Amino acid sequence: MECLARGVLDTNAMDSEKSIEFQHVSFRLPDGRTLLSDLTLEVHRGETLVLLGRSGSGKTTTMKLINRLIDPTEGQVKVDGKPTLEWDPIQLRRRIGYVIQEVGLFPHLSVEENIGVVPRLEGWEADRIKARARTLLTTVGLDPDRFAARFPAELSGGQRQRVGVARALAADPPVMLLDEPFGALDPITRRDIQQEFRTLQERLQKTLVFVTHDVREALLLAHRIGLVKDGKMVLLGPPSDLLQSKDPEARAFAACVSDGELSGSPV
Amino acid sequence: MSLLEFLLRNHQEVVALTLEHLFLVAVSTGIAILIGVPLGILLTRKPSLSKPILGVANIMQTVPSLALFGFLIPLNLYLFHVKIVGGIGARTAIVALVLYALLPIIRNTFTGINGVDPAIREAGRGMGMTDRQLLFQVELPLALGVILAGVRVATVICVGTATIAAAIDAGGLGRYIFRGLRMNDNVLILAGAVPAALIAVAADLILGYAERAIRVGNTAGKRFKKIIWASGGAIAVLAIAGVLFFYSGKTSDRIAVGSKDFTEQIILGELLAQAIEAKTGLQVERRFDLGGTLAHEALVAGEIDTYVEYTGTALLAILKGRPSADPEEVHRRVKSDYASRFKVEWLEPLGFNNTFAILVRGEDARKLNLKTISDAARVSAQWRAGFGQDFMSRPDGYPGFAQVYGFHFQEIREMDLSLTYRALVDRQVDLIAGNSTDGLISHYRLVQLDDDRRYFPPYDAVPVVRQATLEKHPELGEVLRKLGGILTVEEMRQLNYRVDGEKRQAKDVVREFLLQKGFISEKDLAQQK
Repeated sequence: MECLARGVLDTNAMDSEKSIEFQHVSFRLPDGRTLLSDLTLEVHRGETLVLLGRSGSGKTTTMKLINRLIDPTEGQVKVDGKPTLEWDPIQLRRRIGYVIQEVGLFPHLSVEENIGVVPRLEGWEADRIKARARTLLTTVGLDPDRFAARFPAELSGGQRQRVGVARALAADPPVMLLDEPFGALDPITRRDIQQEFRTLQERLQKTLVFVTHDVREALLLAHRIGLVKDGKMVLLGPPSDLLQSKDPEARAFAACVSDGELSGSPV
Repeated sequence: MSLLEFLLRNHQEVVALTLEHLFLVAVSTGIAILIGVPLGILLTRKPSLSKPILGVANIMQTVPSLALFGFLIPLNLYLFHVKIVGGIGARTAIVALVLYALLPIIRNTFTGINGVDPAIREAGRGMGMTDRQLLFQVELPLALGVILAGVRVATVICVGTATIAAAIDAGGLGRYIFRGLRMNDNVLILAGAVPAALIAVAADLILGYAERAIRVGNTAGKRFKKIIWASGGAIAVLAIAGVLFFYSGKTSDRIAVGSKDFTEQIILGELLAQAIEAKTGLQVERRFDLGGTLAHEALVAGEIDTYVEYTGTALLAILKGRPSADPEEVHRRVKSDYASRFKVEWLEPLGFNNTFAILVRGEDARKLNLKTISDAARVSAQWRAGFGQDFMSRPDGYPGFAQVYGFHFQEIREMDLSLTYRALVDRQVDLIAGNSTDGLISHYRLVQLDDDRRYFPPYDAVPVVRQATLEKHPELGEVLRKLGGILTVEEMRQLNYRVDGEKRQAKDVVREFLLQKGFISEKDLAQQK
């Protein structure tokens, strides 16, 4: 109940400044397959947009267009009002925290060094990096004394994902991209970490683009949900829209949420 | 003599050769790392190059090492007036070893970097790492274990191939192996092969251990990784030092004496070297054991100043001239051709002719009163002959020989040359074709029949010297000319037997001989020291 109402409330209160814009963006592979067609949307500062969709629907493609891991074949993507093609990709990426499902922690670096990667690239001093890493470990709920010196292989899946989030936050980027960050976790750990992440999200006030195929996760975290199917955005709006929509894809996702959990919903 | 006894008795030489061997391997592997790792990285950035480059490296590995050496020796490539490759010695050997070591290093760098988990690479790129940062901070550290595995394979290949480098005077444990093969001495072969095998096993174990140790993502692995980078740096420094060492050119004013790769030639090389040392006071560098026609090539290239050549070999194998049976004529021809073509001077013949020797048992010679080959041809209808493969196939070998003398043997047995003597003594055959200077001829009391129809070309042993060296050191020519006529065939046989049969050092045998001949005196030797 609470989670569903939240989208409406926050959208109203939100700063209307645009952080990310998609203008008629398409992406095609060299072999001609279209992964994304004619996408137009805006993400506001401090907003959490969840891209929801099945595997292969184009969610991750959308996300990679934001930090220029790929470039659009048509249309343009703007970050802070500037088209991504005009950004130096390195500068752009350092402003955007990036968390992926596989986490991608560097196995040869300790937890502390992993978190310190971007600050180090940005030329911070060693003491400041160390302090920052310890602060962030506390932020994501890991005891710095126990975990700072460990290596990724010495962590559980949930701990690794927390370090992944801490690493993405390290240089305090205004924007964060999260690609199914909790997808590989067991249901109980996932539930805990989602709740914690929600608290964190409110505290940090960052622009978040969050990709998931888990409708409950989408409902829990989103200010707005963009439903993606076959490279097209079929629905974009607050979580309540998803549940009320007549669109067959939206109904399919809504049906995944059990009745018990939705009791008392505005539907 | 057992292997252990040999190693203990010659421990100084064994250690020296082992160090030479290790140096060859370390320098070659070091250079191969310096070239191979960057090349492997390049391939990950330009995958279209990977097929051609890995293909060429692959082909390099399939070229037999002796063939590769043979191909490199006449190349003589220069870079800024410094000889990069060509000629004999460690320089060319190192180039060949590097070519062999490259493939595993390039391939493992390439696959190691490509094998980095794509998620990790994407995370790095997504965090705003430049290509260079991604390479040095993520890809190379993660690929280090695989690269190290390539270095391990390359090192083991180098240890093995470096033994063959002895064929071109690059030193190392191969010297024992080649000497042992030549003298049919298993202990010598093992004295080279066993330490080489131990080096290979040790390198394999140490690098394999390092490889496993750094694969663990933990604190110990991290410290280890620093050690690996440090030793990698040390090897690179050694490689550069080695390059400078080998490419700094010939700094000394020594006379380099060469020899081919069989016992008699080692003895003759010693003969020239000791005569020069005792009579001129010039420093001598011994570059013995050059296989095939390498001694000739090294002489022409100026890497050695002198060695002993045979007139027949020079005429047939080097000048590709028409055979002649007249010793004086052959000598004249090679002398004038060498002077004009190679700027090389033929001095005075040493006095013996190392040609094919038609041999029978002494008792048969006496009983049947055999003096010449024609005598034997008349009684040979019931005889069996034993010939080496060389004699059967050479243009101046069996076919013409049988025709000129009219031989019809009951049976011809083709066998290894070294076995023909034993076969003759054991009465399995009645006539063999050996070499006239073989020490076994006197040892078994065999009789060499006179070549009365002058079928075999003369192979008179003569010192050959570069004209440039003679001009610079006229005293050298004087001394070497005095060696003219110093050795009869019988004396050469005895010297050969002392080394081959009695397993004595060529150096000692030659010193005794020169003293006994009065060519040098104890006083000369004392002055040298």
